[in-house]
Amino acid sequence: MYPLTPFETEALLLSLKVAVAAVACSLPIAIAVAWLLARKEFPGKSVVNALVHLPLVVPPVVIGYLLLVTLGRKGIVGAWLDETFGIVIAFTWIAAAVASGVMAFPLMVRAIRLSIEAVDTRLEFVARTLGASHVRVLLTVTLPLTLPGIVAGIALAFARCLGEFGATITFASNIPGVSRTLPLALYTALNMPGGEANALRLVVLSLVLAFLALGISELMARRVTRMVTGIG
Amino acid sequence: MSAIEIDIGLRRGSFSLSAAFSADTGITVLTGPSGSGKSTVASAVAGLARPERGRIAVGGRTLFDAANRIDVPVATRRIGYVLQDAMLFPHLSVRRNLTYSRREGDLTLEKVTEILGVAHLLDRRPAGLSGGERQRVAIGRALLSGPSLLIMDEPLANLDAARRAELMPFIETLRDTLALPILYITHSWPEIIRLADTVVLMEQGKVRATGPLQSVLTAGDDGVRHLLPDGSVIEATPTAGDVDGLCRFETPAGPMFLPRASASGGKVRLFIDAHDVAIALEPPRGVSVQNVLSGTIDAMTVLDDSHLDLRLALTGNQAIRARITRHAGAQLGLHEGMTVFALIKSVSFDRRLQFRGIE
Repeated sequence: MYPLTPFETEALLLSLKVAVAAVACSLPIAIAVAWLLARKEFPGKSVVNALVHLPLVVPPVVIGYLLLVTLGRKGIVGAWLDETFGIVIAFTWIAAAVASGVMAFPLMVRAIRLSIEAVDTRLEFVARTLGASHVRVLLTVTLPLTLPGIVAGIALAFARCLGEFGATITFASNIPGVSRTLPLALYTALNMPGGEANALRLVVLSLVLAFLALGISELMARRVTRMVTGIG
Repeated sequence: MSAIEIDIGLRRGSFSLSAAFSADTGITVLTGPSGSGKSTVASAVAGLARPERGRIAVGGRTLFDAANRIDVPVATRRIGYVLQDAMLFPHLSVRRNLTYSRREGDLTLEKVTEILGVAHLLDRRPAGLSGGERQRVAIGRALLSGPSLLIMDEPLANLDAARRAELMPFIETLRDTLALPILYITHSWPEIIRLADTVVLMEQGKVRATGPLQSVLTAGDDGVRHLLPDGSVIEATPTAGDVDGLCRFETPAGPMFLPRASASGGKVRLFIDAHDVAIALEPPRGVSVQNVLSGTIDAMTVLDDSHLDLRLALTGNQAIRARITRHAGAQLGLHEGMTVFALIKSVSFDRRLQFRGIE
């Protein structure tokens, strides 16, 4: 009766957990970086911009490897985390979340940055003349007007996280229940003799999930746009 | 001490601005061709552009002083700023736009919505308002931030003629009911003639002329003539009892007979186009022209091969300008100091724009 096998349920729930954690943790950073890139001039801006976009242009395996080198147990940051706090990231579900979060980061930053750039700076100036502090301008004018872009960025990043494969398998490996997300489960099924039927079921599951995510984000985007512009 | 004191200089690439003027309460119009620096002055006063030298003071409070390293941040300058586009916050209702500022002013929301006629719009969103309504809300929002100066940067430029005519009385009401100096930026002479108390005329980053509207228009300085309309302004009070649709207006220079512009009896400003003024040596008889004012030629300028510009000093310390041909000037033997009569056709007055209530 139950439509999903335990193998599938495990992969699905893990995928959702990883994607939600990745998006939730990277969102504040993405907003801050997008704001810096959209509104501020500072030395090294082009370097920051290139770094942010790196995951878009290099193979995911390279990103996974770089994560392993820095955050792995023997990595520069990873070793310090292990020694100081006893935290090990590599080959855990957190590693999967970090890998997909990094891969989705540029998509999120781009969407939010475009949206911040579309906010007329004269609105912010007027708010300043009315006595609002920089923080209040950001919270009451810039961010509310950026909301459609933030929603779009979340949707894009979420979809990207659900599909993440290369960086995840490199940095978090393919451990059932720990880092075997849907795409990795699909890959595993394909590599098993006679696994085509299972693979097909996972493909359908992935498609359903993708369409659901797209539909929900579309609905939210419409509602947020109406809220922000007062039109519609 | 004046309400606004400005003496600043700044450089932006090849553009250099050096502007000094002061103004009292009432409407100070900052005008000049595009690129003359009028908007730069406004943004320096508001704190958006930082001058390299000089000083800006409003109501005796120094907002900027390069020598003493004073540069009050935008948020604490208390300068209300109304832009060409109303720039209402699109995600907030009219009420929340109006009450966005948390500063305490002398004005209440009730008073402002009453003056500007926006009380019925409070729960609407900016997207649902007309251009004129948006601009009124923007003015109200600036007023409710308790400003010590209101800057209006081409506030009517994006509106059609009907909306402009609708909004000007509101601006006059502000000037007359609030003791708030207004810095008004525009290049529209109908707006200037109707609204200006003081005019600051700018060109290429410099102040070319400054003073009351009437004296700037008739200053007769060759250097600024190309920046001014060919004409002059006289203030007039209509009297009761029209004869055949003409109303008698009392002016310091003598009575004038014109079609009545509006039912209200307040003072108006008459813009007299220099091309509509003819000159006679004696009080004329047997002509249709209704308005004859006597005066003395106090400046005569050759404009080109065929035209002369005359400035006549009228009684009551008034002045008007007349445009005639050199041929006519020679025929009449005109010279400076001569007493002549200025003839102005009643039909030459634009009833829509060049009249203005003063009270």
